[in-house]
Amino acid sequence: MATFNLNGKTVTADVESDTPLLWVIRDELGFTGTKFGCGIGTCGACTVHVGGRATRSCITPVVAVEGANITTIEGLSVDGDHPVQVAWQALQVPQCGYCQSGQIMQAASLLKDIPNPTDAEIDAVMSGNLCRCMTYVRIRQAIHDAAAATTQAEKENNNA
Amino acid sequence: MRKLGNTHTGATGVTRRGFLIGMTAAGVSFGFPRTWAAMDPATPNGAVLPDAAQVYEPSLWYSIDSAGKIKVNIIRAEMGQHVGTSIARILAEELEADWQDIEIIHVDSNEKWGLMVTGGSWSVSQSWSVYRQAGAAGKTALLEAAAKQWNVSPSKCQAIKGKIVYGNNTLSYGELVAKGLSRQFSEDELKALPLKANKDLSLVGHHVTSLDIVNKTNGNALFGIDAKIEGMVYACPILPPTRNGSSVASIDDSAAKSIKGYQQTLALDDPSETAPGWVMVIASSFYAAQKAAKKVKVTWQAGAAASVSEADFMAEGRKLIQDPKQGAILDTGSHDTDTAFTQAASSLEQEYLTHTVLHAQMEPLNALAFLNSDKIWEVHSGCQWQSLTLPSLAAALGVTEKDIIIRSYLLGGGFGRRLNGDYTVPAALASKALGGKPVKMVLMRPEDLQFDSPRSSSVQLLKMAFDQDKKVSAMEHHAAAGWPTKVMVPVFMPKGTNGESYDPFSISGADHWYSVGAQKVRAISNELANSSFRPGWLRSVGPGWTGWAVESFMDEAAHHVGADPLTFRLDHLIAEGRNAGVEPISIGGAARQAAVLKKAAAMIGWGQAQAPDTGLGIASTFGQERDMPTWVAVAVQVHVNKSNGLVTVQKLHVAVDAGIIVDPDGAEAQCQGAALWGLSMALYEGTEFVNGKIKDANFDTYTPLRLSQTPEVKVEFIPSTAAPAGLGEPATTPVAPAIANAIFNAVGVRLRSLPMTPNDVKAALAKA
Repeated sequence: MATFNLNGKTVTADVESDTPLLWVIRDELGFTGTKFGCGIGTCGACTVHVGGRATRSCITPVVAVEGANITTIEGLSVDGDHPVQVAWQALQVPQCGYCQSGQIMQAASLLKDIPNPTDAEIDAVMSGNLCRCMTYVRIRQAIHDAAAATTQAEKENNNA
Repeated sequence: MRKLGNTHTGATGVTRRGFLIGMTAAGVSFGFPRTWAAMDPATPNGAVLPDAAQVYEPSLWYSIDSAGKIKVNIIRAEMGQHVGTSIARILAEELEADWQDIEIIHVDSNEKWGLMVTGGSWSVSQSWSVYRQAGAAGKTALLEAAAKQWNVSPSKCQAIKGKIVYGNNTLSYGELVAKGLSRQFSEDELKALPLKANKDLSLVGHHVTSLDIVNKTNGNALFGIDAKIEGMVYACPILPPTRNGSSVASIDDSAAKSIKGYQQTLALDDPSETAPGWVMVIASSFYAAQKAAKKVKVTWQAGAAASVSEADFMAEGRKLIQDPKQGAILDTGSHDTDTAFTQAASSLEQEYLTHTVLHAQMEPLNALAFLNSDKIWEVHSGCQWQSLTLPSLAAALGVTEKDIIIRSYLLGGGFGRRLNGDYTVPAALASKALGGKPVKMVLMRPEDLQFDSPRSSSVQLLKMAFDQDKKVSAMEHHAAAGWPTKVMVPVFMPKGTNGESYDPFSISGADHWYSVGAQKVRAISNELANSSFRPGWLRSVGPGWTGWAVESFMDEAAHHVGADPLTFRLDHLIAEGRNAGVEPISIGGAARQAAVLKKAAAMIGWGQAQAPDTGLGIASTFGQERDMPTWVAVAVQVHVNKSNGLVTVQKLHVAVDAGIIVDPDGAEAQCQGAALWGLSMALYEGTEFVNGKIKDANFDTYTPLRLSQTPEVKVEFIPSTAAPAGLGEPATTPVAPAIANAIFNAVGVRLRSLPMTPNDVKAALAKA
């Protein structure tokens, strides 16, 4: 039995302790926004936040996250309006969309660590996330746009 | 699509034309409610929203309900091209609909839809006139109905954004449907309907937010791998040592029995011979199936390919090319090149190779299959070619195609892999073995790559003859590769001038738009490849590798005669004779290819001096088919690190003329992605067969382009009033030769094999 906090709610699943978090989230708990791509942590499609850190759920045994706070794409924001999601929509980043949950989760984590990343910093952090449609040009731009929007919103909050 | 003016009857008696152009309504519905069997990519669970009380269907392609909502039926698969949005724009344009009322519906595989295939960059080009006429029909019916209400002539009324207006009178489309509408149109009536002039287009060519975007940012997008049915079991396959001809000798699952949730192991009995030698491990969860699969011991009698490797395909290709009796000669106007070569003052001859390339789409292959309570086999899976997949499923299950339905899901990448629906068969067979119980099969990445229908390796030999004035007097292009069309749908193959059939998707591109005098183009099937694996159609198909040869060779030819490679190309792009093009798509011909070349050259600053070990390269292709050319030129700036052989593409500039652009933002996205595919295949992909198996098993060693390797990409479109061609693939095709040409300009070495690895660069530099 595994117990952890998923998108703000305590969940339990009757699974073997070595089951990768990915399959627990998808098959046992029904949150299918997180995707399976490689199973060895090389493509990033399965990226979720564990304790706020971007984590490859396909190589994370569920026993390792017992009691942890886990956020999936479904829980990144209540209405799908996290600055990264908004930028992704405005620039129409997704093509097939399959890797984009992982891309968005990785980008959200990047902006938490580096609020205004350079191209080089974006390249360094995001290169673990494969996009077979090759939406990279727009991913790069959308991260800059999300960073700018967040900075602007903070400025406005401070002025208010 | 190829304009199939000629019809060839294949072995099955089905004509190519009949097979391809099944775009008219026929047959009866299965009786499945649309809300059940179709998918709306804009709703949270893919469910189609219910219709209001009354519904009017002006044609097969859409309906309008009494609330004014318009459901547009899309037979194309959504795999990243936002195809539903593009097609719905075309319809809404002529219907004068309010875009806010549009819903797109990806339909199931009911035979009434005719041919269902998503590939060839055909979707928009083929839908253009069909959906325009359909929209015009609805508008006409609504105008007539409103005019009757007001007792005026329809010509006095106007359709504006979902309403019919006459003076101060207004009736919305919904209100008109509520009053009852049933007007239908014959084919002749449809063709006679007036369509809008290009200058009046208000949706086509203008910005739109694609209807599938939001769900692809919040986790709601529903892919095949997300399909679920109550009571389903999971299957993890164990693959045989060869794609063809393997059979199971023994299975020992004793070690798997300790895995909690493990149920049983099935050796599939496959009358369709789609998945020979497959073993399926069944469990109550997918992870249990994965774990158990590692513990099941299987032995096989391997197929003949167990002793065949990449070098054998290359050697076979070379041998075939040397035999003049092999292959089909394409109709290029004049293919008697012998005289010109005999009389040539000089000639040039080069061989170009490409290695095996994998689709490696992000969503691993999967399918959910079961027998439903109406005794219909349901297959839930992303699929690019339902009409090709159904016959395999029918043969495997021993039922008719009418007993099977494929339900639409989003595709986590298609790129041609899901044109070949072979992966649905083992799921269906497992379900059959379990009495129709729902079986959800997912391939782990190593099995997904192993079972790929890869782009075959290829060998190409190109020759050019020059007269005393260094003018080109003849050209030959001989190409040998595995032929996907021959293996999977031979009825699709046209005949060459020598009566031999050929795979158009394994030669198109060689029949280029340059005027080169006598021109011989010969397509040769590599039977060793065809029997050893299942060759596949991969994004940009033939032109993805024929263009590599043509545009590398054009550069070499330019250097041979001491001409600038850009000028040399422009000099041979003469819009005369067969290179003038024809209405409505290819009109303008070679002149349009010259225009994109000039554009790309201007974008990159062609002719400007470069830093040391840095060079510019240019190349140009016409996308997919002579009948549906999308003119593309690519100019790149490349730096070569001479000490470690690393090639860095710094700029990738793309100029495109695809006729009228329906969705500019989507078009740009397709060209960005396609051009980066080209870059990825040029430098970072490529694998090989080793003893019948694909060498790479995962993304640790199969390494498509990553963000850090992505250069500055610019895409520009040439404004055009020609009918739309396609955009999903063409920008892939000129990238590799542009890079090779740039490497030559940077460091003076010529690479003639794809991928171009750092080791290849170092080896070439050492020889130089």
